[in-house]
Amino acid sequence: MALNIKHLLGLQGVSKNDIQLILDTATTFREVLDRPIKKVPTLKGTTVVNLFYENSTRTRLSFELAEKRLSADTVNFSTSTSSTNKGETFKDTVRNIEAMKIDMIVVRHQSAGVPQYLTRISNASVINAGDGRHEHPTQALLDMYSIREKIGKLNGLKVCIVGDIAHSRVALSNIFGLITMGAKVSLCAPPTMLPRNIEQLGVKIYHDINKAVADSDVMNVLRIQLERDAGTTIPSLREYHNYFGITAEVIEKNNKDVLILHPGPINRGVELSSEVADGPYQIILDQVTNGVAVRMAVLYLLGTNN
Amino acid sequence: MKLVLKNIRLLNPEQKLDTVGDVLIENGVISQIGEISKADLDSSDVLELEGHVCTPGLFDMHVHLREPGREDTETVLTGSNSAAEGGFTGVACMPNTKPAIDSAEVANFIRKKAENHLVDVHPIGAVSKGREGENLAPIAELVDAGAVGFSDDGVAVKTASLVRNALEYLKMYDLPLIEHCEDESMNNGAMNEGLVSTNLGLPAIPTIAEDLTVMRDISIAEYVGGKVHIAHISSQKAVNLVRRAKADGINITAEVTPHHFTLTDEELVNYDTNYKMNPPLRTEEDVDAMIEGLKDGTIDCIASDHAPHSIEDKEAEFIYAPNGILGLETQLGLSLSELVHKKHLTLEQLIEKLAINPRKIMKLPIPKIKEGEIANLTIMDTDKVWTVDIKKFKSKSRNSPFDKRLLTGKSVAVINNYQMYFEGEFKKLK
Repeated sequence: MALNIKHLLGLQGVSKNDIQLILDTATTFREVLDRPIKKVPTLKGTTVVNLFYENSTRTRLSFELAEKRLSADTVNFSTSTSSTNKGETFKDTVRNIEAMKIDMIVVRHQSAGVPQYLTRISNASVINAGDGRHEHPTQALLDMYSIREKIGKLNGLKVCIVGDIAHSRVALSNIFGLITMGAKVSLCAPPTMLPRNIEQLGVKIYHDINKAVADSDVMNVLRIQLERDAGTTIPSLREYHNYFGITAEVIEKNNKDVLILHPGPINRGVELSSEVADGPYQIILDQVTNGVAVRMAVLYLLGTNN
Repeated sequence: MKLVLKNIRLLNPEQKLDTVGDVLIENGVISQIGEISKADLDSSDVLELEGHVCTPGLFDMHVHLREPGREDTETVLTGSNSAAEGGFTGVACMPNTKPAIDSAEVANFIRKKAENHLVDVHPIGAVSKGREGENLAPIAELVDAGAVGFSDDGVAVKTASLVRNALEYLKMYDLPLIEHCEDESMNNGAMNEGLVSTNLGLPAIPTIAEDLTVMRDISIAEYVGGKVHIAHISSQKAVNLVRRAKADGINITAEVTPHHFTLTDEELVNYDTNYKMNPPLRTEEDVDAMIEGLKDGTIDCIASDHAPHSIEDKEAEFIYAPNGILGLETQLGLSLSELVHKKHLTLEQLIEKLAINPRKIMKLPIPKIKEGEIANLTIMDTDKVWTVDIKKFKSKSRNSPFDKRLLTGKSVAVINNYQMYFEGEFKKLK
């Protein structure tokens, strides 16, 4: 079995078969992670560059581990400044790195569209590790994997994404992926955190966290950007917590069967109370473990596709 | 020297002229229209132009020539050459140069650079010193140095009180305040806000950013008088606002770019920065509103917003790439293809929007096709089918989304200032 896609730029337009194949392959790799020697020789001789133009600890670590566990050679290029401030253009940086004979590029960038642009200027297989507020497909894949692992299916499930949808790449990838897999997707946020015309993607909108929890099987809770949002899109973090935060009380009052996901890092006391973040309803650390397996699956399937 | 344009359609709606005939141009001056004697024919260069149209020289009231400051992307000379190639005998250049055209010195510098060229280059002065929106630029001095309008283009004039003062002050000269309409608090975007921007995850500019500034300026113009010209109008609502303001008797005019009546935000799906401009490409509804506005006269002019950028600047990541595209060499072809051949406008109406109205707004004389006049003419083949090739552009830059596009209609020659541009060459007529 092989993927139809040559790159993983996002989940928009990716077929159900491809997503299914990635999730099924991840199951095999998930098992590798529980072995005493957590390594397979699958991508021996393949060189992967992790091109990170934006600060990221966990996503980069997760990709690096996934690459190493597949025995790929990895190099890291990290910078938090844009190339335009550095004197060298982004294109020149990429061309230079590619001249060193690399096979795959894992890229994170502040600007939406950079992964797609990379496919035009490079022959490497490109994996999007987050572009602007556009997509973060491996995060959505690991979310779907984790839901499927816990509940056993995606088709027909009611999944609600909570938080700053407008500035979130995790939200968009989840919306596209989940809808493709047959889930019913809703969003819960104040209108200031919803991008224009989002309802046209076929999602239901909630502004009341109690209703959202009562109506959903899964709540995927996004991180609130403390610096950016307080005072502009929401009056204060306190108000956000009181009206959109998920607490044990909200869960117990509305739906004790709900499953809580969070892509991390958590702002305790903002989008989740500590009680919930550490409590029985969540699978946050499982998501982290599964993230490595899902990224192994993506790297393996794309790296052996050619 | 003597030049004869033979069997050409002479079209100038301003003179109510539409006839087929011959034109004898002697030393750059139209000396005879009608049947030219054999003696004159024998002693002239004769251009056989059956099926071609001769109009007053076209005028682009909104270009960026980048000099002084970014001569690596365009100069007054290369921009003028680009204008001649595109069929234009005159342009007005925006003041967002470095330094800005906010002093007589910079305006004179540009005019000096443009001297002796076929294409007339008229500077537009900055409304505010340094285009910073604080203090008025020396408007009277700039008028004396040849400024034909005033704008802080790139951004809107910062405050309502500055718009008011500029409009009041400009009443002394009856020259337009040319407004880039965009509310400053909503301008942090890379494309039009809507379903497409939501799908692409790009920060976006809502149409209300444009509409609010149009409303502001209409209100101020209604209160104090003066002439407001809306640059590169792009939203349906803004066109409706201008239409209503005109009906209310407010002295307001508007221009639209060819890309805003041709393309939509759907073009951005590949994150190609050649589709990044400000105002951004909008939706189908907005494109239809532009065409409607052109048809009913709400939109007076077509202007290119010719905005050269270097390859390295434009090849940046999408959110960092600069706004703007080239326009001078595709404007006539796009206008003929999209408006005239699709029967939205007659050729006469198009000439009004490309040659007559911009000069009226800037109080420049309108070239006449008449014996005794200095020839200021564009000769076009409205049916010529050609393919845009950015490699052949006379502009110093290459940032056009119209590369490889098939167009119908092209300028064949332009004549002005005792010179002719024909087949890629300038030739002195005197």
